[in-house]
Amino acid sequence: MTTATTGRTTPKGVVGTAHTRVEGVEKVTGAARYAGEIPFADLAHGWLVLSTVARGRIISVEDGPVLAMPGVRAVLHHGNAPRLETHFQGVIGPPDPTTTLFQNDRVAHLGWPVALVVAETSEQAREAAESLLVHYEEEPHDVDFRGDRPEAYPVDGFAPGVVEKGDLEAELAASAHVVDVQYTTPEEHHSMMEPHAAAARWDGGRLEIVDSNQSTTWVQSDLAQMFSLEPSAVRVRSEHIGGGFGSKGVRVHQVAAVMAATVLQRPVRVVLTRRQMFPLTGYRSPTSQRVRLGADAEGRLRALEHRSVSQTSTVHTFVEPSAGVPRVMVDAPAHHTANLVVPLDVPTPTFMRAPGEAPGSFALESALDELAEKCGLDPIELRVRNEPARSPVSGQPFGARNLLACFHEGARRFGWADRDPRPGVRREGRWLLGTGVAGASFHAGAGPSTALATAEADGSFTVRISAADIGTGARTALTLVAADALRVPVDRVRVHIGDSDFGPAMFAGGSMGTRSWAWAVDAAAEELRERLALGATIPPEGITVRSDTTDAVRRLAQTERHSYGAQFAEVAVDTATGEVRVRRMLGIFAAGRIVNPLTARNQLVGGMIWGISMALHEEAVRDRASGGLYGGDLAGYHVATHADVPLVEADWVEDHDPDDPVGIKGVGEVGVVGAAAAIANAVRHATGVRHRHLPIRPDRVLMARETGATHA
Amino acid sequence: MAPTTSSAITLKINGQNYPLTVDHRTTLLDALRERLDLTGSKKGCDHGQCGACTVLIDGRREVSCLNLAVAAEGREITTVEGLARGDELHPVQQAFLDLDGYQCGYCTPGQICSAVAVIEEHAAGWPSAVTGDVRPEAGPPPLSAEEIRERMSGNLCRCSAYVSIVQAVSRAADTTAGQRRTEPAGTEPLGSGDTGRTADAEAAA
Repeated sequence: MTTATTGRTTPKGVVGTAHTRVEGVEKVTGAARYAGEIPFADLAHGWLVLSTVARGRIISVEDGPVLAMPGVRAVLHHGNAPRLETHFQGVIGPPDPTTTLFQNDRVAHLGWPVALVVAETSEQAREAAESLLVHYEEEPHDVDFRGDRPEAYPVDGFAPGVVEKGDLEAELAASAHVVDVQYTTPEEHHSMMEPHAAAARWDGGRLEIVDSNQSTTWVQSDLAQMFSLEPSAVRVRSEHIGGGFGSKGVRVHQVAAVMAATVLQRPVRVVLTRRQMFPLTGYRSPTSQRVRLGADAEGRLRALEHRSVSQTSTVHTFVEPSAGVPRVMVDAPAHHTANLVVPLDVPTPTFMRAPGEAPGSFALESALDELAEKCGLDPIELRVRNEPARSPVSGQPFGARNLLACFHEGARRFGWADRDPRPGVRREGRWLLGTGVAGASFHAGAGPSTALATAEADGSFTVRISAADIGTGARTALTLVAADALRVPVDRVRVHIGDSDFGPAMFAGGSMGTRSWAWAVDAAAEELRERLALGATIPPEGITVRSDTTDAVRRLAQTERHSYGAQFAEVAVDTATGEVRVRRMLGIFAAGRIVNPLTARNQLVGGMIWGISMALHEEAVRDRASGGLYGGDLAGYHVATHADVPLVEADWVEDHDPDDPVGIKGVGEVGVVGAAAAIANAVRHATGVRHRHLPIRPDRVLMARETGATHA
Repeated sequence: MAPTTSSAITLKINGQNYPLTVDHRTTLLDALRERLDLTGSKKGCDHGQCGACTVLIDGRREVSCLNLAVAAEGREITTVEGLARGDELHPVQQAFLDLDGYQCGYCTPGQICSAVAVIEEHAAGWPSAVTGDVRPEAGPPPLSAEEIRERMSGNLCRCSAYVSIVQAVSRAADTTAGQRRTEPAGTEPLGSGDTGRTADAEAAA
């Protein structure tokens, strides 16, 4: 037994100082175990079989010969699979029928899951899965995404479908300068390095799942409903996660593993292959966006229209809300925004890092650049003149809107004042040089969370919260937050995350994870410290305090709360090959309180590099004939690698919101917002050619040069 | 008679012998991860596109997903688990830790194994696609950021920690060069294949 030993004075806190990752040694030595690496006795391996047609009906599955193959223990398909609950309200809505496996004979896209082969070894399972004959009645499919599809309809997703004020046509007609342009962005895939993996087993009447996900409680809750179990009968753990970016929610691998473990009554692991990830784990829809801007002679907006069309599957609706960006960034007397969707015979898209904001900011921030040029204004000055005092849509005041501070600090450090605005005049050998700028914003929301803080008898402290560290540094950030709240050194605090038994908590998404969890951890640790300050004696089992921020989140003052940023890029364009090289990038952000500068900077820079990747490389091309992707793997789908990435710098300005008790805004997504637009604007400045279609491939650069067109 | 589909082999990994019987289809990566509980080497794509499974085979970096386990017998295999000396991290590991050369950590073992080999390759005078002067007598070019980026480009990091990875490799290369100058002859840094080349590099430095 020990007595209370939290600090009595207030030492200088560790929040705001750089701290290496608390799990860092495990990660650099290979000791950190990810979901597919946890050993289980008597483990069987499941391998999914995906459809070879893009639309139709399964006539038969010839499982007999496969069941006779060495090591094969089961073949699950729609003819024999256990029945699942398919109509329920999950954590983020009704389940995507892609995940409620083998419940009917319909095939909704190429790569639809049609069977699971379970065998003693992964080699046996794979060979058997690849040998399984499935007969289909094929139907004509349609994967032809275009912005002018007449069946596109507006959808209220996690942002409203249509928001309109003012007379758009009248204001456009009265404008001195008008921009009316169409932008497109391609299908993009998360492509995190760790493929989705889960192992499931029944243990004393309880279902245990080791998984790689962005929220153990989300997966627990949805799987419990799907398999008609009490949530308390399901435990999901996810300690180390090899990247998520929005894709690691409820997916087929968990459902397949649970189904097989239930049928066979032994542990089963299902790991998706890289090629299976492309049709089965979500992606960012392609977008087609029309932006119309009208401004008076001084560059003040009179009219704004942003209309974005994206695609979804025929079985589930997800809308990429790209037209949400101007609802935060710029106001106009006539302000019309709409998010529409077209259902096609394609996989269901999903949240991908800055959903809506990433493609939407490419369109809007490019269009503002075009307008600045028409008005003869510096693009930063155009934004200064159009900085809104209140939210264009809600009319609410902004909480800590430091967008202009980002532009000004960035301009100073980037050397923007010396910029010659004329396009296509800077040459260095065969390279044309240019610079571009764009703005960024991302919503700073919060979700209710619970946390447990324990004073241990040995004088240390343990914090438990079902948070997820998908690479963000959340585990380390929460350790710093807890240490400060307890007023003890960091090395006396251990934070355990990734276990649904720790209670409900926000998922790692929407840049809300660390903000939401820190709130709960701070509350529990503060209360524990107050309790110990009374001189409590600590029993062997420790003293535990539980916090729940549900009421506090509800009471949060309703303002428009966002993080902001200004992105600056310098590019060189090879006029002979069409190659675009980013030479340097600088992002200045207003993202509230920065908990750990080391990991926060890394995340912001990582987001900006996603912008390079989006601007120049990423493009999943769908083949109309087969309905699938050309080259759906990491050789065919290009993401930026070392040689594509120059010195990218991120920094931040003071950003304090007095009405926000947490002050953390999250840095996971704002870094990618506007980054592609800054690069496209720099390409315009370098070459004189405006590229409105991503990615800016060499062939597009060359074609534009040859035809003199402003797009390719 | 049924064809033989498995073989008894011995793999030498991190200086230790591991006898095992493997299915002939088993890749070196799967043998490490599924059979020997050496899960530090990661499976990101399983067909040689991402670099997460990079290990050192006879001192050179290779993707273990494109090597069959049966073909790796008799070769010296070093995985990320074999780089540290007890609790003392390899300079590359220490630099990744200190400079935050990662985020999710899944590509990290591959990046680190590649970086160990990059430093060796560079010190041995091997040019890259961005090396200006490739004449043998020119010696190793400065290990600039551009050289590191070029040489590390087979290792994808979707979290995009590239900037800090390059800084970490640069710092580790400096540390390693310092160690080469101070270490007594005969103590070979882990992961190096050929002491002759190391000695040449020392002379060049």
